[in-house]
Amino acid sequence: MIRKELGKIISQKEIAADIYELTIRAELVEDISAPGQFVHIRVSNGMDPLLRRPVSISSFNKKGKQMTLIYRKSGRGTSLIAEMEPGMEIDILGPLGNGFPLDEVSIGETALLVGGGIGIPPLYELSNQLAAKGVHVLHILGFPTESAVFYEQEFSKNGLTIVTTDDGTYGRKGFVTDIIKELGFDCLYTCGPAPMLKAIEQGYPDKKVFLSLEERMGCGIGACFACVCQSGNAASGASYKKVCSDGPVFRAGEVLI
Amino acid sequence: MNRLNVELPGLHLNNPIMPASGCFGFGREYSRLYDLTRLGAIMIKATTVEPRFGNPTPRVAETSAGMLNAIGLQNPGLEKVIAEELPWLSQFAVPIIANVAGSVEEDYITVAKEISRQANVQALELNISCPNVKTGGIAFGTIPEVARQLTKKVKEVSEVPVYVKLSPNVTNIVEMAKAVEAGGADGITMINTLVGMRLDLKTGKPILANLTGGLSGPAVKPVAIRMIYEVSQVVSIPIIGMGGVQSAEDVIEFFYAGASAVAVGTANFVDPFVCPTIIDELPCVLDRLGYEHISECTGRSWKKDGQLAYHRA
Repeated sequence: MIRKELGKIISQKEIAADIYELTIRAELVEDISAPGQFVHIRVSNGMDPLLRRPVSISSFNKKGKQMTLIYRKSGRGTSLIAEMEPGMEIDILGPLGNGFPLDEVSIGETALLVGGGIGIPPLYELSNQLAAKGVHVLHILGFPTESAVFYEQEFSKNGLTIVTTDDGTYGRKGFVTDIIKELGFDCLYTCGPAPMLKAIEQGYPDKKVFLSLEERMGCGIGACFACVCQSGNAASGASYKKVCSDGPVFRAGEVLI
Repeated sequence: MNRLNVELPGLHLNNPIMPASGCFGFGREYSRLYDLTRLGAIMIKATTVEPRFGNPTPRVAETSAGMLNAIGLQNPGLEKVIAEELPWLSQFAVPIIANVAGSVEEDYITVAKEISRQANVQALELNISCPNVKTGGIAFGTIPEVARQLTKKVKEVSEVPVYVKLSPNVTNIVEMAKAVEAGGADGITMINTLVGMRLDLKTGKPILANLTGGLSGPAVKPVAIRMIYEVSQVVSIPIIGMGGVQSAEDVIEFFYAGASAVAVGTANFVDPFVCPTIIDELPCVLDRLGYEHISECTGRSWKKDGQLAYHRA
């Protein structure tokens, strides 16, 4: 069920340069069905900015009805979220979208989680759940530079975690795609910038790969057709998927990136 | 007593609130959130003869108190709408207004003829004002004589009353309204979006892949109010008003301007529950302002005292 409610902010802190970790208590946490789902946040009580902001859920605790979101402060909307303080109410709609499928990988098999920048957060809950299930979990986390690195420790608790930076100021220098070649896996889950997703999709056509996409959204529930992408098996031009409600997680090849 | 019911050509509405075309799909998504029979009516997404994928992304860009969209009339096409969407919607006892779009005259006629024969379609909304398609659409909505001709031809084939959706992107909205009335329109819906553009600060290029898009949201409300005020005084057919409606108070303002019912568009994206919320709040607003029935508000901005319905305030 999708709910709209005023959640309560439990904590908020900057965990890397312009990267914020926001924990909210809300009833709708009970309805989260899979890692990789998102919530749609109204950042202002007024009319500017008007539209909600989609933010992925990076972890949740149903018992405590709490969820943690990690977002990057980059525009007016996210700057307003960053100003919110513990105790304040926050207007959220969710949970939205379809998350990562956990049943695609079995106990004892290896899952490789590849995240780029602000695409990393939804992989954290996935990592927790896969590890709890008994899946061998490996992580490759790519960041632009040292000051942007977050959650290395958290992911490390679940399995091998390799950090890369574009400029080599931390971890290994280079792109996540260079590291994937060095590791074996049964299933790959990824979220990050489109060029990275595309490279992964093209690099492993015979493997089980699941990608989480990002797109500008309007309604977040599938009604406005703002966030469509073309379906991979489209013969005519009329076949499409909506990132918000058909995704944001798709099987590689399902949509054109 | 129902203080909100409205009688319009083809439409017996329990209340005057309906989601605007293009902001509600075919109702499936919102049906998971609330009971669609609460709505006065539903204006379904524009239907064209053939399926349309629409424009490339990005298709939306935010602006102050509004948004630009350039979806491009994405829809599954006439055949699928008739075979799947309308039968699905028939489970809800709510009037359907089918938005009819096309590139050439024959397209409009084909869609109007077929879709107006579907059991739950109570009226058509002739979309001669979409700013986001390259051919048709807005061309029919900017030249009065072309609009009159198209309205007349669609009227000839339609089994249900025809409302024509006017574009604000014209020099003289009154001429357009008179033209469609002369063509036989049973009502007018207005306004569609205003053509706008936003540029990306880093690249200097337009944000929307379509370059331009239609501006909607609270930012356009004063334009809609002004145009409805002008048009409602010169035509004798009813107006369904739209353009930035967010609250019950906004609805009353549209009625004052001359509307007889109101459609809610962009606000559905901000708050998917906005339509039922407005419907719940309207009686309180009527109480506060001293009206027995919402129809007393229509045209209050320009009607002389003698023309006004009873008002006890």
